[in-house]
Amino acid sequence: MDTMDPTPKPKLDLEVVRERLSNAKGRHYWRGLEEIAETDEFKNWLDDEFPHRSTLLSIDRRSMLKYMGASLALAGLSGCRGLFLPQTKVVPYVKAPEELVYGKPLFYASIYTQGGIAKGVLVEQHEGRPTKIEGNPDHPASLGAADSFMQASILCLYDPDRAQNVTQSGDISTWETFVSAARDAMKKAGPGGVRILSESITSPSFGAEMARFQKAFPGAQWHQWEPTSQDNITRGSQLAFGRIVNTYHDFSKANVVVSLDAEFFASMPGSLAYSRQFTDGRRLEKPTKSMNRLYSFESMPTITGIYGDHRWAVRASDVENIARTIAGGVGVSVGAHGAGGVDASAINSIVDDLKKNRGSSIVIAGQHQPPVVHQICHEINAALGNVGSTVMYTEPLEVQPVVHLDSLKSLVDDMNSGKVKVLLILGANPVYTAPMDFKFADALKKVPFRAQHSLYDDETGGQCEWHLPEAHFLEAWGDARAYDGTLSIQQPLIEPLFEGRSYAEVLSALRGETTPSYDLVKSHYETGDAKVFEKEWRRWLNQGTANVPKSAKANVSPSGSIAAPTVIGQGAEIIFQLDPTIYDGRFANSGWLQELPKPVTKITWDNVVHMSPATAQSLSVTDEDTVELKFNGQSIQGAAWVTPGHPDNSFTVNLGYGRTRGGTVCEGMAEENLGGAVKRDPWGFNAYALRSSNAMDIGLGAVVQAAGGLTPIATTQIHHTMKGYDIVRSASFEKYQEDPTLKPENAEDRQELEKQSLYPDQVFSYNGPQWGMTVDLNLCTGCNACVTACQSENNIPVVGKLQVKKSRELHWIRLDRYYVADENRDDKNLANPETVFQPMMCVNCEKAPCEPVCPVAATVHSHEGLNQMVYNRCVGTRYCSNNCPYKVRRFNYLNFSDNQEQFNTQVPPAAREPKAHGIELLRMLNNPDVTVRGRGIMEKCTYCVQRINEARIEGKKLGRDPLDGEIITACQQACPTKTIVFGNIADKDSQVSKWRNDPRAYRVLEELQTRPRTSYLGKVRNQNTEISGEAGA
Amino acid sequence: MAQLFKPYSNIVARASIVVGAATPVLIGLAAAAYSRSPYNTKVEVPLNQPVPFSHQHHVSELGLDCRYCHTSVEKSSYAGIPPTETCMSCHSQIWTNSPLLEPVRKSYEDKTPIVWNKVNTVPEFVNFNHSIHVARGVNCNQCHGPVNDMQITFKGRAFQMQWCLQCHRSPEHYLYKDPESASPRQQVFNLYMKLQEKGVTGLSPREQALMKGEEQESGKSEDVLEGKEIVKALGVKTQQLADCSVCHY
Repeated sequence: MDTMDPTPKPKLDLEVVRERLSNAKGRHYWRGLEEIAETDEFKNWLDDEFPHRSTLLSIDRRSMLKYMGASLALAGLSGCRGLFLPQTKVVPYVKAPEELVYGKPLFYASIYTQGGIAKGVLVEQHEGRPTKIEGNPDHPASLGAADSFMQASILCLYDPDRAQNVTQSGDISTWETFVSAARDAMKKAGPGGVRILSESITSPSFGAEMARFQKAFPGAQWHQWEPTSQDNITRGSQLAFGRIVNTYHDFSKANVVVSLDAEFFASMPGSLAYSRQFTDGRRLEKPTKSMNRLYSFESMPTITGIYGDHRWAVRASDVENIARTIAGGVGVSVGAHGAGGVDASAINSIVDDLKKNRGSSIVIAGQHQPPVVHQICHEINAALGNVGSTVMYTEPLEVQPVVHLDSLKSLVDDMNSGKVKVLLILGANPVYTAPMDFKFADALKKVPFRAQHSLYDDETGGQCEWHLPEAHFLEAWGDARAYDGTLSIQQPLIEPLFEGRSYAEVLSALRGETTPSYDLVKSHYETGDAKVFEKEWRRWLNQGTANVPKSAKANVSPSGSIAAPTVIGQGAEIIFQLDPTIYDGRFANSGWLQELPKPVTKITWDNVVHMSPATAQSLSVTDEDTVELKFNGQSIQGAAWVTPGHPDNSFTVNLGYGRTRGGTVCEGMAEENLGGAVKRDPWGFNAYALRSSNAMDIGLGAVVQAAGGLTPIATTQIHHTMKGYDIVRSASFEKYQEDPTLKPENAEDRQELEKQSLYPDQVFSYNGPQWGMTVDLNLCTGCNACVTACQSENNIPVVGKLQVKKSRELHWIRLDRYYVADENRDDKNLANPETVFQPMMCVNCEKAPCEPVCPVAATVHSHEGLNQMVYNRCVGTRYCSNNCPYKVRRFNYLNFSDNQEQFNTQVPPAAREPKAHGIELLRMLNNPDVTVRGRGIMEKCTYCVQRINEARIEGKKLGRDPLDGEIITACQQACPTKTIVFGNIADKDSQVSKWRNDPRAYRVLEELQTRPRTSYLGKVRNQNTEISGEAGA
Repeated sequence: MAQLFKPYSNIVARASIVVGAATPVLIGLAAAAYSRSPYNTKVEVPLNQPVPFSHQHHVSELGLDCRYCHTSVEKSSYAGIPPTETCMSCHSQIWTNSPLLEPVRKSYEDKTPIVWNKVNTVPEFVNFNHSIHVARGVNCNQCHGPVNDMQITFKGRAFQMQWCLQCHRSPEHYLYKDPESASPRQQVFNLYMKLQEKGVTGLSPREQALMKGEEQESGKSEDVLEGKEIVKALGVKTQQLADCSVCHY
């Protein structure tokens, strides 16, 4: 079954789901609608470990004999792997770098920028080759954590699809040719004829270079365009303060947070820090009587709202009225307005809670909410006295703060009127991302000289005569500000792999100088004595932040005049949101991010039309049904997706899909192959096609109807489902005070179980360390950082949509999403179920069911309690996986590591575009400390055994065992909220022992007596007892 | 018509059964023998190198310390192959016109590395760490054979898993102590110095065997007792030493 034939499946009957839920007793956890409905598909996933394997029944007699003979003959040979070694070469340095020790990685501090705003990173480098990105503990925007985008940016460095050469009309050219052509064109362009279009930029040295450029070419104008809706924040600031300021928050001081459709755990420049600060207010390591509280009003469910103590599913266009109601409650005059569809008594309780926490609360709005909501938040925070304690204002981070939509509009107008003679696009992809009513591509054609300088030759590159390769951030020097205004230097680790240059280098070259990026950045800060500065400069690079003043504090107070609400339209609502894994589309060529399941929906490789269960029922559609979405006179087709927790009569679409140019991964699956010409079917649909400048984020009047047929979607939400109960534990804070074990009534008693067990108490008589892990579900936000960290550390390949559909994804960490049905709560209608995340990786059972069934002893126990996986012994029977109750073993079906283009299996090899270096380039990404597994091998998490061994050896050399905290697993290191703790459970004082013996600790599927080494701590929600009804979470 | 099968056909038939049964066994045995023979393992087979470097000359005659070239052997998993610069630190002064050293000078001038043929290698699913072995006092020669006497470097041992496991299962048979050295790490390198100063006769019988490149397993009860003492003193956790994930991950 190699195609994605949408096999007809029985429709999911939501009525059945509701009925079953209303009969549920106690607290019931379920992974997906299919589970409640007990569809055949779900049963198949649950009962069969490999539902997509081929069976003997499908093979005829002759082939059967053929395969038997061949397997017999080859079985003997497989034992010879590694015996016949080819002659290999050793290539030492000519001059070895000073700090380098062969075989030991070096770490360099640098910054990763997204939307121009910096997050600190530490980059691991093996013999000159960057291999992994981690967070910089000394950087305020990272605090040692790294999100999926940061970590996946290393894949981009080695991406064979990156723009490699300067091209003119598709033919390879040189920088010199381009520079002389561009200088000629610019000289002739006259004043106002030269335009630069960039993304958001906070780099002061780039600003200085731009000033020099504008001096050299008087009248040259700089436009900026970032499709990510920062404009709402900017305009909100203009409304409130009359000018643009930067807002950031300190969640560590906030006892009460009200989120107005804000996803502050994931999509903000300070998200990593916010996650840490907020969850620090909920740690239950010591007995506590208080906990912070999050109220969330949300349209499309996000990890922030799901994490919240109370969540209301409200239409995005109703959030303004809710904001006004809250503002009215705290004494801000807001004029007459509607209620927003939320119970008034609930809002009153929230207002009371806010008033009780003056100076220690936050009201925060999402970036896709209109400017007035942001303005209202400023007013509320000022009225509550939060400014200066939890809400901070600084001067803008951008070098040239503008409203991007206006900036782009003026460019488009000038292009249409023929004023623009030369356009240089730095990084942006406006042909794809500009509002559709701007008709950017048409306007662009009127510019005589147009060039794009970017990482990928994308949709915009296709419309430009010149395409220039941009240097990856690990290839060139730069600088940028973090969310709080801290300045950092971007330090490269490697010479450009191709001909890439930085933005500032391009401008400098056009001025007629060839200053390298190092000098452009360093000279900007160089003051006083050169020797003294050199020392200072090195210190900046070492610590990852520069000792220059942060952005100045802005002393602003809101005006207090809020405009009356305006009616923006009627009918069904459409919400445009950034994609949680591929952002605005810029990461569409990253296999890691494409295959990363979206945090809430667990969809990979696609975007869908999200709608509530009730809306889906009224349209009589269900998951994967193709629907037509009409808005703004445009129409697109996509898969419907029933998303519990989504408001009714509202549809959310994610931006970033439907890419048609920009690399083999992003261009989608090959559909047909006609004499070498490959027609490609892009992943998902392009939601930008519906997005216009008057409805950038929220629009009313969308029409959705069933279009007939199915659009297959690869989702992992019901893959690898565990059979059992008491898998997840969660309860309210009050319940926790009564019974800190959070044990459900039907849970079995551990002591009782252990009494019944025939196993001895201590499994091994070994006095060394015993490794164990504990995961606190109370801190886990479900952000996916651990999944990408694991992928990067352990050389986990991408498998492609077709294979994900067959449940062959190789991620060692599965971030399970569970909905909760509680008999005491009125959420039978699926409108807004409580949701809990659970990271699940190999739990390293002391009595591991996988071990006795392996015929070749490829998975055996170590004395330190690891369930070892010996790849070189594995013959691929998959018995272990079949016998694993946790479903955490992954089988490499095809040779995924050597063939990263598996997702294009339908393209015959001859038709694939020859890419310079190709797979060789991707191999440079591999972690040399971990075996790259091939076809037919079972793999799984072993607690980052390479890191354990490294720490053990270093410890032995010092004559001791590894100390507590010396071994940090990759997932633990990346986690923004410090959810995961790893260490020696034999040491009673270790952090992991303390967590393991916490009353909240429990082990998954404990009744099976597998004695897992990974334990979990239950989730606690701090609900306001005055609020009842559906808004549980 | 004459008989189709002559009486001797019976013998042929019986013999063919035996041969038929024996052939797969013999093929198996032959393959096993081949895989263990120097044809395959390359043990004691000198390899051609771009420069005929002699460990015998540099170590035994001149007395260079191993760590002068293999700088990371105490710190990292790799011992490290010296950069051209290391060769040139002496050879810019002596033997400056030797034709044998032409590739070294060329590498230094052109800034292109010398490409050596790898002598000792383990498959990529094996993670070997030099530094911990040195820290335990395992001498270079114990695994690499008589390196200090090699004119052209060759592989001293086949590095097959059963060979590794001998020591990983019972390190007390292999670890020894040189009373003149302050630490196990020092004793590794002191041995070559002692050889320089005192000659072969000045070494203990175990050390002499090491110098000859003989296998080091000692069955003598006093040696094993001493080995056990060392294992205890160093805190070697023998049980754990043969866990799969110590080398394979």
